[in-house]
Amino acid sequence: MIRIEKDRCKGCGLCISACPFGAIVLVDKIAVVKENCTLCGACIDSCPFKAISLLREDSGEKVISPEEAKGVWVFAEQEEGNIHSVVYELLRKGRELAEVLETELSAVLLGEGIKEKAEELIWRGADKVYLIEDSALRNYRSDVYSRVLVEVIKRYKPEIFLSGATCVGRSLIPRVAASLKTGLTADCTGLEIDKKKRLLLQTRPAFGGNIMATIICAERRPQMATVRHKVMPEAKVDKQRKGEIIEVKMDIPFSSQIEIKEMVKEVEKTIRLTEADIIVSGGRGLGKKENFGLIEELAMVLGGAVGASRAAVDSGWIPYSHQVGQTGKTVCPKIYIACGISGQIQHLIGMQSSKVIIAINKDPSAPIFKVATYGVVGDLFEIIPALINKIKKRED
Amino acid sequence: MKIIVCIKEVPNTAEVRINPETNTLIREGVESVINPFDMYALEEGIRLKERYGGYVSVLSMGPAQVEKSLREAISMGIDEAFLLCAKEFAGADTLSTAYTLAQGIKKIGDYEIIICGKQAADGDTAQVGPELSVCLGIPQITYVSKIEEINLKEKRIRVRRMTEEGYEVIQTSLPCLITVVKEINEPRLPSLKGKMRAKKSEIKVYTNEDIKADRNRIGLKGSPTQVVKIFSPSQRKAGEILQGEKEEIVNRLAEILKKIG
Repeated sequence: MIRIEKDRCKGCGLCISACPFGAIVLVDKIAVVKENCTLCGACIDSCPFKAISLLREDSGEKVISPEEAKGVWVFAEQEEGNIHSVVYELLRKGRELAEVLETELSAVLLGEGIKEKAEELIWRGADKVYLIEDSALRNYRSDVYSRVLVEVIKRYKPEIFLSGATCVGRSLIPRVAASLKTGLTADCTGLEIDKKKRLLLQTRPAFGGNIMATIICAERRPQMATVRHKVMPEAKVDKQRKGEIIEVKMDIPFSSQIEIKEMVKEVEKTIRLTEADIIVSGGRGLGKKENFGLIEELAMVLGGAVGASRAAVDSGWIPYSHQVGQTGKTVCPKIYIACGISGQIQHLIGMQSSKVIIAINKDPSAPIFKVATYGVVGDLFEIIPALINKIKKRED
Repeated sequence: MKIIVCIKEVPNTAEVRINPETNTLIREGVESVINPFDMYALEEGIRLKERYGGYVSVLSMGPAQVEKSLREAISMGIDEAFLLCAKEFAGADTLSTAYTLAQGIKKIGDYEIIICGKQAADGDTAQVGPELSVCLGIPQITYVSKIEEINLKEKRIRVRRMTEEGYEVIQTSLPCLITVVKEINEPRLPSLKGKMRAKKSEIKVYTNEDIKADRNRIGLKGSPTQVVKIFSPSQRKAGEILQGEKEEIVNRLAEILKKIG
C-alpha cells in the first residue's frame, strides 16, 4: 500500500499532479490516497518532503531464493539445429553481466542431435553448456520445453536467466517463470547490474515505445528477462575458448499434449523482417498493389527485407507478415527506408529505434519526416527507380 | 461449448506521454479502450459460438470503470461479463494478474477454451496468456491466426500458429488457452440490438474473497517484479531534408546506403 506520513505532508499537492490515475486528493491539507490507486509509485519521487512510501511485503512463496541462486544463464534457442542469432547477442551481454557479478555464464540447449552446437556456444562465451537431448525436443513445443527448463533451473538455480524475445521465447519463458513463481520482464532493450544488491536492472519500452521503464525482481530467482533481437551486439567467435558441456539427464516425462501436424514456411521474396539490416517499407503512397513491386525491387538490390504500413496491408497489397508497427512487427534495422508512408504514431512505434531512417514522401508535412535521419520530399515513383538503377550500375 | 475471453482495458497508447518536467505519465485527455488485440479475441469467441454453439463469457480485472468496456463486449455479442474488482488486486504484475484471472475463471466454472489477445498494447508483454495457462494447468497455443477445427467429442482443437518464418498447424487437447493475432479475423461493430442488450445486462463483479484468492498471490504483494523507474526514451530528432535536383538526391541516397549498409 501507499503510506503517507501525515507529519511530513505539507499539503503542497505535487503528488496530485504526479499521479497518473488521479488517485490522490487533499483532505484538510493532507494528501489522501483513494481506492483507485494502482500502487504504481509515481507519487513517491514527486514528494519533496519524503512523506510518501510504498509498503511492500513479499509473500515468501519462493521456489528459489536469492541466497541459493548463482550464475547467469542464456536460453540457446535453436531451430532445426541452428542457433538463433539472438543467442549470440545474449551471450555477449551475459558475459558482461557475469563478469560484474563475478560468476559463471552458462547456456542451456534443448534439442535432438545438437551436441556439436554446444561447442559453438562455448566459443561465443559460455563457461558451461547444459545440454538436454531427446527426440521430444526436436521442435519447440511449449509444454515439454517448459517442463524441461523448469527442472534444470530448479536443479542448478541460476540467479539470472535470459532468452531472446522471439516467437518462441515470448511464448515459452512466461510458462517457465509462472511455474517457478518468479518475475519476468518482456522484451528488454537494456540490462545492467546493481552490483551491491546483485540485482538485474531490466529496461524496456512500454506504451508502444513512448515510455521506458526499468524493472527489478528483488526477492525471487532467477531474475528472468526476454531481450529484443538486434538491439545488442553479438559475441565474437573464439575457437580457443574452453568450457564444459554437461549432458543433463532427468527423470521427468517428455510427453506433450501438443502435436505438430505441419510446419509451413511462407516463402518470402527477401530475408526475414526482424533480422534484416536493411528494410524497405511501402505505404499508402504506393497507390496500388502492382506498385509494391518497386519496394520489392529496391529491397532486393539492397539485400534487404520488405516491410509495409498497416494501410498497405489492410488494402491487401501485401501479407500481414510484412506489417511494421503497433499491430505488426517491431523492427530495428541499420537502415529503414519508408516509402510513401506518412508516419502515424502506430507505425513509428514499430520502427523508430532503427539506426538510420530514410523517408521518401511527397507531403513535406508528413510526420515521418520528424523521425527521419534523411528525408526526401518528392515523388517516390521517380526517386526509387532512379535509385535502383544507380545501385545496379554501381554493382556492375 | 463454453468459451471465456479475457480482456484488458488500456489507455489509448498512442496518446500516452511523459511530462518531461515531472517525469510522470500525462493522464489528461487519454481515453481508455479495449486493448486492440483483445478485440480479435472477442470476435473469435463470438464466431466460435456461432460455429459450434454454446456460451461465451468475457472476463477482465481492473477498476469499476472497466464495466464500460465489458458492456461494449456484450454489445458485440458476448453473452455474459465478469469483472474482478478489488483494491487488493492493485499493483499486479503479469504473474499476479494471471493468478487472479485463473481464480476468476475457476469461479465462473467449466470451459473448453480460453481466448486472449496476443498482448496488451500498454505493457506489450504477451505474458499473461501463457502464465494464465500455467495457473490453470492447461495447454497453451500462442499467436493463433486460424482455428481450423474443434472436435468437441474428441476434445481437441487444431489451429494455425504463426511462427517467425510462416506458420505451423498444431493440435492439442481441450480445455486449452489460445492467444490470437490480428490476422485471425476482423472484429464486428456492435449491433443496435446488442447495444440495447448491453445497457440492460448485469456485470457480475467478484472481489478477492469471491474468487477465494490467496492474499499472498494477488496485487502488489503477489508481484515478483516492480517498476523502479520510468523515463522518456531519447527522442529522435528530425534530420536532414535532402535538397536539389532528382539526380543529386539519388546520388546522395546511394552514397548514404553504401556508407551504412
